[in-house]
Amino acid sequence: MTPELMEAGSLRREAMQARKAGPGSSGGREASYGRVVQEGIIDVSHGAILYLDDITVSFDGFKALNDLSLSISAGELRCIIGPNGAGKTTMMDVITGKTRPDAGKAFFGSTIDLLRMRENQIASIGIGRKFQKPTVFEKLSVFENLELALKDDRGVKSSMFFRLNGEQLDRIGAMLQLIHLKGSAQRIAGLLSHGQKQWLEIGMLLMQDPKLLLLDEPVAGMTDEETQRTAELFLSLEGNHSLVVVEHDMKFIHELTRDNAAKKVTVLHEGSVLAEGSLADVQGNDKVVEVYLGR
Amino acid sequence: MSALPGAPLTPTLSRKREREQEGEEVVASAEEGEAVVASAEEGEAVVASAEEGEAVVASAEEGEAVVASAEYSLSRLRERVGVRAGTLLAALAICILAPLLNLFVPQGSVFHMSDYAVALVAKIMCYAICALAMDLIWGYTGILSLGHGVFFALGGYAMGMYLMRQIGRDGNYQSDLPDFMVFLDWKKLPWHWAVSDSFFATLLLIVLVPGLLAFVFGFFAFRSRIKGVYFSIITQAMTFATMLLFFRNETGFGGNNGFTDFKRVLGIAIAKPSTRMTLFVITGLTLIGFFLFARWLVASKFGRVLQAIRDAESRVMFTGYDPLRYKLTIWVISAVMCGVAGALYVPQVGIINPSEMSPAASIEIAIWTAVGGRASLIGPIVGAFFVNGAKSWFTQAFPEFWLYFLGALFIAVTLFLPQGIIGLLRRSTKKEERA
Repeated sequence: MTPELMEAGSLRREAMQARKAGPGSSGGREASYGRVVQEGIIDVSHGAILYLDDITVSFDGFKALNDLSLSISAGELRCIIGPNGAGKTTMMDVITGKTRPDAGKAFFGSTIDLLRMRENQIASIGIGRKFQKPTVFEKLSVFENLELALKDDRGVKSSMFFRLNGEQLDRIGAMLQLIHLKGSAQRIAGLLSHGQKQWLEIGMLLMQDPKLLLLDEPVAGMTDEETQRTAELFLSLEGNHSLVVVEHDMKFIHELTRDNAAKKVTVLHEGSVLAEGSLADVQGNDKVVEVYLGR
Repeated sequence: MSALPGAPLTPTLSRKREREQEGEEVVASAEEGEAVVASAEEGEAVVASAEEGEAVVASAEEGEAVVASAEYSLSRLRERVGVRAGTLLAALAICILAPLLNLFVPQGSVFHMSDYAVALVAKIMCYAICALAMDLIWGYTGILSLGHGVFFALGGYAMGMYLMRQIGRDGNYQSDLPDFMVFLDWKKLPWHWAVSDSFFATLLLIVLVPGLLAFVFGFFAFRSRIKGVYFSIITQAMTFATMLLFFRNETGFGGNNGFTDFKRVLGIAIAKPSTRMTLFVITGLTLIGFFLFARWLVASKFGRVLQAIRDAESRVMFTGYDPLRYKLTIWVISAVMCGVAGALYVPQVGIINPSEMSPAASIEIAIWTAVGGRASLIGPIVGAFFVNGAKSWFTQAFPEFWLYFLGALFIAVTLFLPQGIIGLLRRSTKKEERA
């Protein structure tokens, strides 16, 4: 045991104890004036819907995330870019509860501590996630895929006695139209093309009516036209939903930031934020050019 | 959200509603056995929805898609009518034909059903329940259990304890205690035999013991996210460990001889042909009941979540479902079904011993399911009948080759018939339709 190791251990232990002691109902901070904290209500009165603070994740000594701090405003569309291994997917794993960080904080709104919740709980409070590889239920039809994603009681008993009502049917119908799969409602999802699966997965996310969407390379494998349509869809969601888009495709990022030149783009590198700013700023940043755009 | 995109969804809607109605009807017919009436109505429903389908085609823009989905719902309906008719025929055969042929047709007649055949079919029906239970957990949820024999045996032991108490003083030692306890020089019943005199308590135990074991085991295994082959291995270990426990005399389950030499059930002589026939009918109706229950489960949204867990568990989780609860529910249901099968098996076969918990016995259940066809409910039943029918013929004709045959069958099915016998039948009927 070297002194460094012991020190790191005691820090980690402190962090764990702090986490165990729990933020209580006020989310780990002093309640500010005049607001009542309510269980399950996302408090965005401070402006941020997602707040990551000094998140560190290490796998066998390799730091996938290194003191990552990031905050996403309510209704914002944030693009995140970065070279392979920059920690983009790990960051999503932390937010959605798949990976527990060694240190740091992750809050949804000002009051909901994400690190204390399980994957399915996080999903049901309104964080939807699209995987890098499109993941749909391959043996079920497109319609059934959307039906399962429909926002409803997730309990065992209620799903045994579940009946689709007219309103829900309308929602599924509208979604089928939105994701351009109206003609394929009864097709088995496994038979769809790669791009269609991506759309179906996005549709499934939207059926859950999430407040925050995490989209991991949503346009991989799509044709130019599909990419264009996806960009339009995301831009139409901006404002009502908050979106975090991780993407390699710079053309797509251009598309997403075209309407507002000041829209923030974040560059990740080696597990922490390398640069943040408008796309033009970021592309002009020397460090960014060096690690990512430098060709 | 914009308005319903009208026409193309209508067949879906009708299919949905009908599927829901089917759920009700299935339950109703299971309860009342009035399947005839239901299936007559069914016919009309088919006509109605066909007309509906046509009407939709006329009004739709995307004609082809609609036709496809109308055909889809028609083929579903046809399948359902088939299942309904098949279930009805099976129920008639079990409740009327078999008793008639066995009890009332004279022994010399060609149509006489021998006692041997009754016992064999009854035994296979118990196995078929196990295969059905295995299909729910393996075929639909993607969790391969190689320990289902333990639930079967526990149900059997619960029934066996009751049957042992029913022997009364008619055992070899004319004692109040079961013979093996006298042999071990025990003076009174051990604590876990306390309720073995009560038939009602025995019925409860048949459900509770396998259910409770499955719940505890499943809770820890699924909570620790043990999956795939690792789960299969620990179920195998579970059944093996339980077998070793039951082999010991001290545990009070008759050691490696188990329980046998039963005399009565509910005070009625167990060897009487009418008792055997009654047990046969009860077993058959239980099988049909479980089949209809499983159909209802699988057709519900619950069933679709199970299939979703099988295909993409992480997506299920990130959609907000808790896979633990779903897996645990179907796991316990499956275990209880096996327990009931074991309880029906013991009085008809007349013996229960720890060999039912041997790893091989559990693996066989998986083989019946795979041979018949996973993820189709009729498949495992066909598989159980096919493999066990072959077994009873082989073990008479070429006893030394049975295990080779079983192994070869399993390999052949895995390589050439991933969907089992049912998959083969479906493929050939589809070809006919195309031709």
